[in-house]
Amino acid sequence: MAASSERSPPPFPDSEEPELLEDSDEGADAFTGTSISEMDSPSPDSTRPPKDIFNEPPEDIFSDPLSNINPEPQKKVDTKIPSPSSDEAVDLFSEPLDDDSEVMSSPEVQNPMPDLLNEPVEAPKSDVLGEPPVHKNAARQQDFFEDPPKGSNKSSSVKKAASAELFGDDEDEEDLFKETPKVVTKKPQPSGPPVDVFTEVKSDVKVKPQVKDDPTDLFTEEALTAPAQKPPASSSSSSRTNGVHSEEQDLFSEATVELSLDSPLNDRKKKDAVKPSLSAPAASVASSSSKAPSKTLEELEEEESEDKFDLNISVTNPEKVGDGMNAYMAYKVSTQTSLTMFRSKTFTVRRRFSDFLGLYEKLSEKHSQNGYIVPPPPEKSILGMTKVKVGKEDPSSAEFVERRRAALERYLQRVVSHPSLLQDPDVREFLEKEELPRAVSTQALSGAGFLKMLNKATDAVSKMTIKMNEQDVWFDEKIQDVENEEQHMRKLHVMVESLVNHRKELSGNTAVFAKSVAMLGSSEDNTALSRALSQLAEVEDRIEQLHQEQASNDFFTFSELLADYIRLLGAVKGCFDQRMKAWQRWQDAENMLQKKREAEAKLLWANKPDKLQQAKDEIAEWEAKVTQYEREFERISATVRKEVIRFDKEKARDFKRQIVKYLESLLNSQQQLIKYWEAFLPEAKAIA
Amino acid sequence: MTSISEDSDKEKVRSVSVDLNNDASLVIDIPDALCERDKVKFTIHIKTTLSSFQKSEFSVPRQHEDFIWLHDTIVETEEYAGLIIPPAPPKPDFEGPREKMHKLGEGESSMTKEEYAKMKQELEAEYLAVFKKTVQVHEVFLQRLSSHPMFRKDRNFQIFLEYDQDLTVRRKNAKEMFGGFFKNMVKSADEVLISGVKEVDEFFEQEKIFLLDYSSKIKDATAKAEKMTRSHKNVADDYNHISGAMNSIAADNNTAFKKTISVCVLQKLEDRVASDQELKLTELLRYYTRDIQAAKDLLYRRARALADYENSNKTLDKARLKGKDIAQAEENQKQCLRKFDKLSESGKKELTSFKARRVVAFRKNLIEMTELEIKHAKNSMSLLQGSIEILNSN
Repeated sequence: MAASSERSPPPFPDSEEPELLEDSDEGADAFTGTSISEMDSPSPDSTRPPKDIFNEPPEDIFSDPLSNINPEPQKKVDTKIPSPSSDEAVDLFSEPLDDDSEVMSSPEVQNPMPDLLNEPVEAPKSDVLGEPPVHKNAARQQDFFEDPPKGSNKSSSVKKAASAELFGDDEDEEDLFKETPKVVTKKPQPSGPPVDVFTEVKSDVKVKPQVKDDPTDLFTEEALTAPAQKPPASSSSSSRTNGVHSEEQDLFSEATVELSLDSPLNDRKKKDAVKPSLSAPAASVASSSSKAPSKTLEELEEEESEDKFDLNISVTNPEKVGDGMNAYMAYKVSTQTSLTMFRSKTFTVRRRFSDFLGLYEKLSEKHSQNGYIVPPPPEKSILGMTKVKVGKEDPSSAEFVERRRAALERYLQRVVSHPSLLQDPDVREFLEKEELPRAVSTQALSGAGFLKMLNKATDAVSKMTIKMNEQDVWFDEKIQDVENEEQHMRKLHVMVESLVNHRKELSGNTAVFAKSVAMLGSSEDNTALSRALSQLAEVEDRIEQLHQEQASNDFFTFSELLADYIRLLGAVKGCFDQRMKAWQRWQDAENMLQKKREAEAKLLWANKPDKLQQAKDEIAEWEAKVTQYEREFERISATVRKEVIRFDKEKARDFKRQIVKYLESLLNSQQQLIKYWEAFLPEAKAIA
Repeated sequence: MTSISEDSDKEKVRSVSVDLNNDASLVIDIPDALCERDKVKFTIHIKTTLSSFQKSEFSVPRQHEDFIWLHDTIVETEEYAGLIIPPAPPKPDFEGPREKMHKLGEGESSMTKEEYAKMKQELEAEYLAVFKKTVQVHEVFLQRLSSHPMFRKDRNFQIFLEYDQDLTVRRKNAKEMFGGFFKNMVKSADEVLISGVKEVDEFFEQEKIFLLDYSSKIKDATAKAEKMTRSHKNVADDYNHISGAMNSIAADNNTAFKKTISVCVLQKLEDRVASDQELKLTELLRYYTRDIQAAKDLLYRRARALADYENSNKTLDKARLKGKDIAQAEENQKQCLRKFDKLSESGKKELTSFKARRVVAFRKNLIEMTELEIKHAKNSMSLLQGSIEILNSN
């Protein structure tokens, strides 16, 4: 691979680098603390961009510049000191972590600005360490940073030169083009030295930020990658970036994600091959970040479970509102929490079923494409609801309402137990806001419903057409597992349903038998026997009650659990599909790029310079797209992976809890049974 | 082919013999039975001190048809009209389990090995239960005959017990079958007619009312109990299936080890619950079928007595009306009356003893059932507790 050969020059320092990381506790913490994978899950989506900034830059900063530093003895000392000793530099390292943790825990996550402002100031400082070597290696570094696209394209290194030229040419052209090369070549910057340093050292560097960027952009860059020379200045400049902060976030998150995701990709691609020396640090960082989920996820789990106790949601008091076919059930959603993100400790709202569906729609729209498992709500049941609407006070409709109530409660609990979904403003709104706009698109028979069905159909078709050759063994196995599991769950669910039905039947039959025995007792002429028989009838009556209770226990603790998980497995599959779609997008872009390049080659050969420029532009555009899609795919893969691991854990826990509960209910009914029969025994013995 | 070891039968023998005030002079049991295709061969073991038998202890092979023959001859014997004739044992019916076995064989490919093994085991257990039940009803029939002071001296009964070769009774042909059917029709029509007849004896009147009422109710109760048992069995079956399904989930779910354990425990438990329930409920059911047979039997006897009485009255009336053959008619009527009186007398005795027997049987069975229920509930409770502990400690 071209990338590996180019990356080979500084092999030694790099191999040392990870050790350095692991040696120092603080350093390691800082790294794991800020690693992408971990950050992704706890922090809410709304803060995703800033989070990226926090994770990525430090990582890059630490890995890349440091790796360059290492060859330099006196710099090495500099870098090594900070981690073990507790001087300023340690603060630098730990500072980001602190900020991150603040982000994670702080309720004002929605407004990460303060953190962001701190962060740039700190991050650049760490650059101080890496600065000098960067000067020296700037040229090489530039090369190195241009590798990733090439590495990911893998197609031809020849083209690379062309594209590099392309960037150079493009520099002074229209904005659009400035933007694109920037995205691609920007990579060096976050980890790289200050902008002016850049320019002065790298005379041959194609990217000239000053030229390219408008003032605000410049500032933002400065703010982020900013040199440490003038911390106050940079902080002031970063305060000015407030306005543009979102763009800058995007730019940077993209750029940084690009870098770090590249390496896991490479890592995965070359899984078995020997890791190229230079990519080693990145790879090790990446692998640590990809391993991180398993390690750090547990910690997270604990945090979560602690969190969970702080948030208690119950759905109660189903109430019929209105009359006739316009009637609907309203449920009281009460929340009890100590989380500061909510306005008060306890609050109650009334929500109707479609509101729950609406919440799901909003959440799934926002999150499922990112690979999150969005817990699905209970299904609509026109039949059941119609029964309720008609207003017959029969037991089946009462059961229906209760069943739905319980399902909604579990649904909400699942939503809030998901760390990312909990942070979603819609969730909060759902729990807190007095009045919600009516969710219209949830009507099964509405136009929106029809559209949804159409979408689902097209999705299904496209799913069939996508043939993804899975390179990731984990996913391959997991998809298979989920498929099997769903099948088995369905089977089990059918059986439990039949158990419920049979038990209900049994309870009915027991009742009939009890009556019959009572009759028999009444016509029995032996008084003792008659008495015993009527006692038996009573016992059977009670047993009937018991069976009935057990049947509802079967249903609510066992059958509903399975039904929930069948739905959830569907959501998991949806995640896999999202990942596949992302992959497909990437592949399509890849193909497109290939085509464009071929076209360009043809043009070159045909010697048509006028069109050549356009072709080059297109190639650049598609290259950007490819990297973007690839990045997206990597991100979604990481998220899905994490989500599935989380899901598995949750599932095991849920099942254990529910099964214990179920067994306890069985135990209880057996105890009752013993009691009944023991009470009857003397009666039977009294028959003379 | 299935044979039952003596061990498994011992308990059962004891359980039925209690209410049949057996004396040691004639002890009959069926220690062994062989099932060949449709035929079931019972080995009847007799132990006696009575001088009418040549040996004091011997065994003879008998088939179900031989039992039917014995029953029929007893029914046709005039002298026993005033007695409650023990009901003939029902024809062995292995169709249910056999059919299931067949189905299982067909579906072998569609299920996993463990599932198949489990199903097979289950079916075998069911088959064995049916088999045991069959043996038991035959045994009870003989024991009731042997315990009765009249029947035990019956010639045919003695032949049945003593003849050491196969009886090879002639099977009923179609005509006879039809005859039997016709007779039944006549009998039920007769019963309707008789029901209009005013009862002279208050005891019998009461008994009649009671028995009719009781019979219909116990029939009802039996039907309901059967239904209940069936649904209980369904529940047990469901447990089995669930445990199977859970196992398969556990099998391919290598990540959730905790679950696997819990699942295994659950499966074991359900297995036990299933077999328990089957056991106690068949016990209950068996008891009810036996009881209803006795009741029906009594009703039948009652009908016969009434019919005889009716007939004698009719003949007398006819004779008086015609004014001729009065002496003969009177003689006849007297005979009938005598017979009826005798019947009434023995009937009274029989009915009283039936009542006592029924009460005793009810008591015994109710106690046994209750104890079984408690035992099983306790078993499953400890099992549940165990599994919960395992789960919690995990």
